[in-house]
Order: sequence, then structure tokens, then C-alpha cells
Amino acid sequence: MKNPLEPTPQVCKRYRTEKAFKRLGLSAIVMSLCFVFFLFYTIIADGYSAFTQTYIQIEVSFDETFFRGANISNANFPALVKRSMGKIFPGVTGRKDTKMLSSIVSPAAAYTLQNLVETNPKLIGTTKFIWVLADDDVDMFFKGKTVTNVAESNRRLKDKQLTWLDQLVSEGKLERRFNKTFFTSGDSREPELAGILGAATGSLLTLFITLSLSFPIGVATAVYLEEFAPANHWTDIIEVNINNLAAVPSIIFGLLGLAIFINFWGLPRSTPIVGGLVLTLMTLPTIIIASRASLKSVPPSIREAALGIGASKLQTITHHVLPLALPGMLTGTIIGMAQALGETAPLLMIGMVAFIADVPGTFTDPSAVLPVQIYLWADSPERAFSEKTSAAIMILLAFLIAMNSIAVFLRKRFETKW
Amino acid sequence: MNIQTIAAAGVLSLLLCGPALAARDYISIVGSSTVYPFATVVAEQFGKTTGSKTPKIESTGSGGGFKLFCSGVGVSYPDITNASRAIKKSEMLKCQANGVKDIIEVKIGYDGIVLANSKSAPLLKLSRKDIFLALAKEVPDPKNPGKLIANPYITWKDVNNSLPATTIEVLGPPPTSGTRDAFVELAMEGGAKKFKFIKAMKKSDKKAYKKLCHTIREDGAYIEAGENDNLIVQKLQANPAAVGIFGFSFLDQNSDVIQGSFIEDTAPTFEAIAEGAYPISRPLYFYVKKAHVDVIPGMKGYLAEFTSDKAWGEEGYLADKGMIPMPVAERKQFQDDVVTLKALDMK
Repeated sequence: MKNPLEPTPQVCKRYRTEKAFKRLGLSAIVMSLCFVFFLFYTIIADGYSAFTQTYIQIEVSFDETFFRGANISNANFPALVKRSMGKIFPGVTGRKDTKMLSSIVSPAAAYTLQNLVETNPKLIGTTKFIWVLADDDVDMFFKGKTVTNVAESNRRLKDKQLTWLDQLVSEGKLERRFNKTFFTSGDSREPELAGILGAATGSLLTLFITLSLSFPIGVATAVYLEEFAPANHWTDIIEVNINNLAAVPSIIFGLLGLAIFINFWGLPRSTPIVGGLVLTLMTLPTIIIASRASLKSVPPSIREAALGIGASKLQTITHHVLPLALPGMLTGTIIGMAQALGETAPLLMIGMVAFIADVPGTFTDPSAVLPVQIYLWADSPERAFSEKTSAAIMILLAFLIAMNSIAVFLRKRFETKW
Repeated sequence: MNIQTIAAAGVLSLLLCGPALAARDYISIVGSSTVYPFATVVAEQFGKTTGSKTPKIESTGSGGGFKLFCSGVGVSYPDITNASRAIKKSEMLKCQANGVKDIIEVKIGYDGIVLANSKSAPLLKLSRKDIFLALAKEVPDPKNPGKLIANPYITWKDVNNSLPATTIEVLGPPPTSGTRDAFVELAMEGGAKKFKFIKAMKKSDKKAYKKLCHTIREDGAYIEAGENDNLIVQKLQANPAAVGIFGFSFLDQNSDVIQGSFIEDTAPTFEAIAEGAYPISRPLYFYVKKAHVDVIPGMKGYLAEFTSDKAWGEEGYLADKGMIPMPVAERKQFQDDVVTLKALDMK
């Protein structure tokens, strides 16, 4: 007689398909993890070197003869740099050679000296050792990002320059240091001088406007629709529209912003205030939908209990429903903000994709934002900008991860289980 | 009540934004993405050395730049637009219609468009005819000259026997780009003209002629990549079979890993483009609104910085960034135009 507990062929087949299905799911996860790992690996491998920068030490004598004019900023600082370089290599003469020699330090060196003298005029008449930025070609060479085994004419650094660099290294006058400039300055067309502070400040100002407008408006809308609105055609239409708006491509909001905020209201182009308003429009639907969902998840018994012991409708909402729904609302808001932080398309229309060297100070100063900065750097011809691009992506990812972890933390901390 | 509330909210927000409507104290520049890398260097130099605010430069493309530039006079409109081509008649009319009466045209130099591939691949020696045959959507039938067929060429060798037998794979700018406009006009049209019957078409049916010369194949041999993108350089390194199209400055900055193809036996070098020997090069311009020169602070300073020899001269910093300078006489002429603020004849 056959054992009744022995699985029949059909059951065996069912088990097999179940196993295959499980494996399929597992391999999907492994694959996406691989992609994420690959993404992080390429970005970090390409970008970590941007956090250091090559510096060259020069001896500058701030002669009085250089500062004859009344205005310090009129002094010829590039010539000062050139002379200091000549002091290290006294053998270099001739127009072409001196030009090659001075091109191994960054044009930014002159700005550094100008800053030093302007902040401390007492320097005039003294001699000082000063570390200045090396040119981006030199920096790329020491980071191993240029190919050196090709004909001299095809290289950005010539043989002579390489021997000079060797000498600088052996004399200890060339070193790689932490790249403070990257975190303390705005955009620049010299890669060694370019920083993300301008873009990061722009992002913060823009997000401040977005958050301070979209959170109250979004929550108020959700509360009204959930708690007060009568169920009629109008409410239905509004609801359908909000859901549709959440799916509208973001560039449409940019066009809307251009037409209303800039052309009609006359707000200045390329500023955080316009950017913030446009991103508010974009994040509002997300926040409203998330807020309504979390209001819905508050059990009706809470409302009934509050009303039952004599609380007014407003008291019920502000004392009981809102506090319980808040974690969900905050999570939705933070995810909306993270989305706004990574957005470039709508900002293109309102002129925020622009070269802006000064760090913005107010809401009406022209400014760029982090993703725009990444786009602009990826578009630049200089080799050194590709590592800056990856470094800026890392900063943006750090911001996004931080915001999402706050969302997770808030949910874990304040969530109430029923 | 509802309408009143909305109106009140609108008025309130307008009031809040009142101070923003006050005068602008920085220069606003829009326009070509080809001129962008040069204009930004000048802007930065101007900002850093004079202590004025650094001009804001948007990269909108030449056409987009003129559209914004010509929409009116006043602080909410840009002061300068960069362009990789001269202003068109229709754009001048639009400017005039919106009250932009006097504009100053300043030519700043030249840019070469290069076709480049990886150093590990053989150097290509192309003619404009080869480029047209390799990239046009429709080409003359080799068996039946005078008839057009869909582009049948798969490798460069099919196009021209002296070229290597690698698949045609070109990474180039999208249709919105000025680089693409110049490329189809100078390289493709230049090559198409080598066929007598196509040249004759220009007179008989200009529309069909334009369509034939300016339409790039869409069967995958031409890949629209970003324009002037340093990612293209990385893609070329990874794929030695691919050829990229971009501005000379990208070749100049990456000459250790990519090589510029010869066009009509001329290598894309700084000297060849400056002499006009290299066939695919074009002038670059910027246009200034005369009415803004005395209103926006720093305008005169920026113009003086751009037209100084230390910027656009042979030894200037723009040449270091890959722009090809104009001859001395031409520079002098445009410098004078800027000093005297000579407006463009809009007739």
C-alpha cells in the first residue's frame, strides 16, 4: 500500500515552483544590491581624491615697490607669484620657460596673496613662506589621473615641468593637503578653486522656503479634507486633482513658476525664493497625500472618545488626532524634501542652472543648488572637474541619507502601534 | 469670501517680495553653452580682481539666450547674451518689437568642432564627404548616382576604402545644441555639396536640400550624448571604436587620452583653427544691451576685462582654456566697438 504521507508528484511540483520563486526574489535583491554597490564604488573611487589638493610652498617677499598705488587690489599679484617661482628656480629664463614655470601654480595663488595682504596690510615689506594651490594639471598628475607615457606634445605637463615638480617634491615644497577650499568656497572655473559651499547654501535656502511653505499648507489641506470637508463632488474633484498633480513631471512646475513667479509677479530669476516656491508646488501633493494617509490611520475610536467626553472638533484634532498622525506626516514631508533636494529639471526653467561664483547670503541672491552644481561640473572640459563631480555627488548622497534616516528615526520613535 | 482670501494672500505675497523688485547689482548673462566656459572664466576673473559681484551666467543655448535677451529692457531681463552664431534677422525683429533698440555685437574668437577617438584606436583621416556619407539619414545610391537611399553604411571602410573597418559609432550633441547646428552646417552640408546633383538641388528645391544635408541618421550609428560633456571623453576611452563630436576645448584639455581626427588633411590644432585652415570652425559672439551699460553696475568693467589682451589675446587666459583668438586687427576693431558702444545696424 502507498504511504499516504508521501508527497504526490503535484505537490512535489508545487514545492519546486515555490523554491524557484524564492530564488528569483533573492536574486533580484542580490542584483539590486550589486547595482547599488557598483554605483557607490565608482562614485567613491572617482571622487575621494577630490578631498585632497596639491599645494606648493613659495617664498614671497612683499616688497613695498609692489604696493605703490593707493589701492592694494591694484597691485600686480600674478607678477609677485611669478617672481617667487623664479626664486625657487633661478636657472629658468626666457619668456616661454617662465610662462611654463608659473603655470604649475594655480591662477588662484594670486587671489590668495591678495587676500592675505588685504586682511593684514602689515605683511608689506616682509618675506613669508606661503603654501599656494598648484595648478589642476599638476594636481591631476600627482593623483595619477593623467597618462604620462605619450608624446610630450600631447601632454598638458611638459618634460621640463615634470623635472621642476620632481625638484619641488625632493625639497619638500610640494604636498597634498586636505582640500578645505572645497567646503568653503563657491563655484569656480578653476577646478582647484571650486567649492560646493555656494551650492549647498543655495540648497539650504531653497529648502527652507519649500519646507516653511509646503508643510503648513500641506498639513492644513490634509486636515481640512480629512476632518472637515463634506463628501460632495467638489471634494472628489480636489482629491483627484491632488493625486494627479503628484504624478505631473517636475519640469511642468518649472514652466508654471516661470510664468507666474517670474513673469507675472516679477520675482528675480535664479534666486532661492523662486526655486523654493516652485519646489513647494512640486512637493505639496506628496505631503498632502502622506498626511491624509496618516490621518486616516488614526483609529476613529480616538475621535469618538474625545468627542464623547465633550471636546470640541478643533480640540479633538489639535489635542488627539494631529499628535498621533504627526510622525507619518513628518516622514512624508522629509521624503518630499529629499525629492526636492535632488531636483534639477524645474530649476532649469527659472534660471538656477547658472554659473554663480559668490556664495548666496539672502533669499534674493542668485544661487545654484547641489544637483545643478553636479550637472555643471560634469559639463566642464577640465579633467579635474570629474573628481569634483563625484565628490559633489557624495555630498548630495550624504544629505539624502541623513534626511531619510531622520525620517526613519522619527517613525520609529513616535509611531504608535494599535 | 473665498475669492477675497485668495486675493489677500496674493497681495500679501507680492508685498513680501517687494524689496526683491529693487535694482539688480550684478550682471546677468545668458546664452550659448559653447561660450559658457569662456565667459565664466572672464566673469570669475572680473569678480575676483575688482571686488565687484561676479556676473551670473546661465547656459541656455544660443537660441534660448536670444529669446530671453530680446524680451525687453529693464533689470528683470539679461544684460548680455552669448552666442555661437550671429544674431538672426527674426531675432533682431523680436528685439526691436520689445524695445531693445541698440545692441552691440562683439565677436570674441573662434571655436573648432572636432571629431575625436581614443588614442588606442587608429587616427582617422576624414573628409567632409566621408562625414556626410557616414552620418546622413539619406545618401546617394552608390550603384545609381542621382538617387537617394537610406544610409546603408555600417563601417567606416564602407564609406571610404582608406578608412579602418570599424563600425560607425558617433557620440554627438542633441538637436537642441548650437554645436550640432554648426556641425551639420559646416561638416555635413560641406560634404553633401561634393555631389553635383545635391549641389544643384540647393537652387531647385532648397527645402529638400536642407533636409537632406541636415538630417542625421537615426538607426543607432549616431548616439545623442550630452553636448560638451566630460563623460563623452570617458566613453571614448572605454570604447576605442567610438568617435565623439565636441568643441576644441575638450580635445585641448584631454589630449593625452583622445586624438582629433584629420579633416581634409588638416589636424584640429590651435594654429590650424586660428589660420582658418581647419574646415569645421565657427565664430563666437556676445551681444550687449546698450541701454543697460550705464544702469547695471560693473558692465563697463566686464566688457573691458573681456576685450583686454590678457583675456582674449594670443597669450590670454581664454586661449589657455581652448578658445581660438582673432587676428590683431579684428580684435582692435571689436575693442573699439565696445569702447564707443557702437550699436548693431538692425536694418
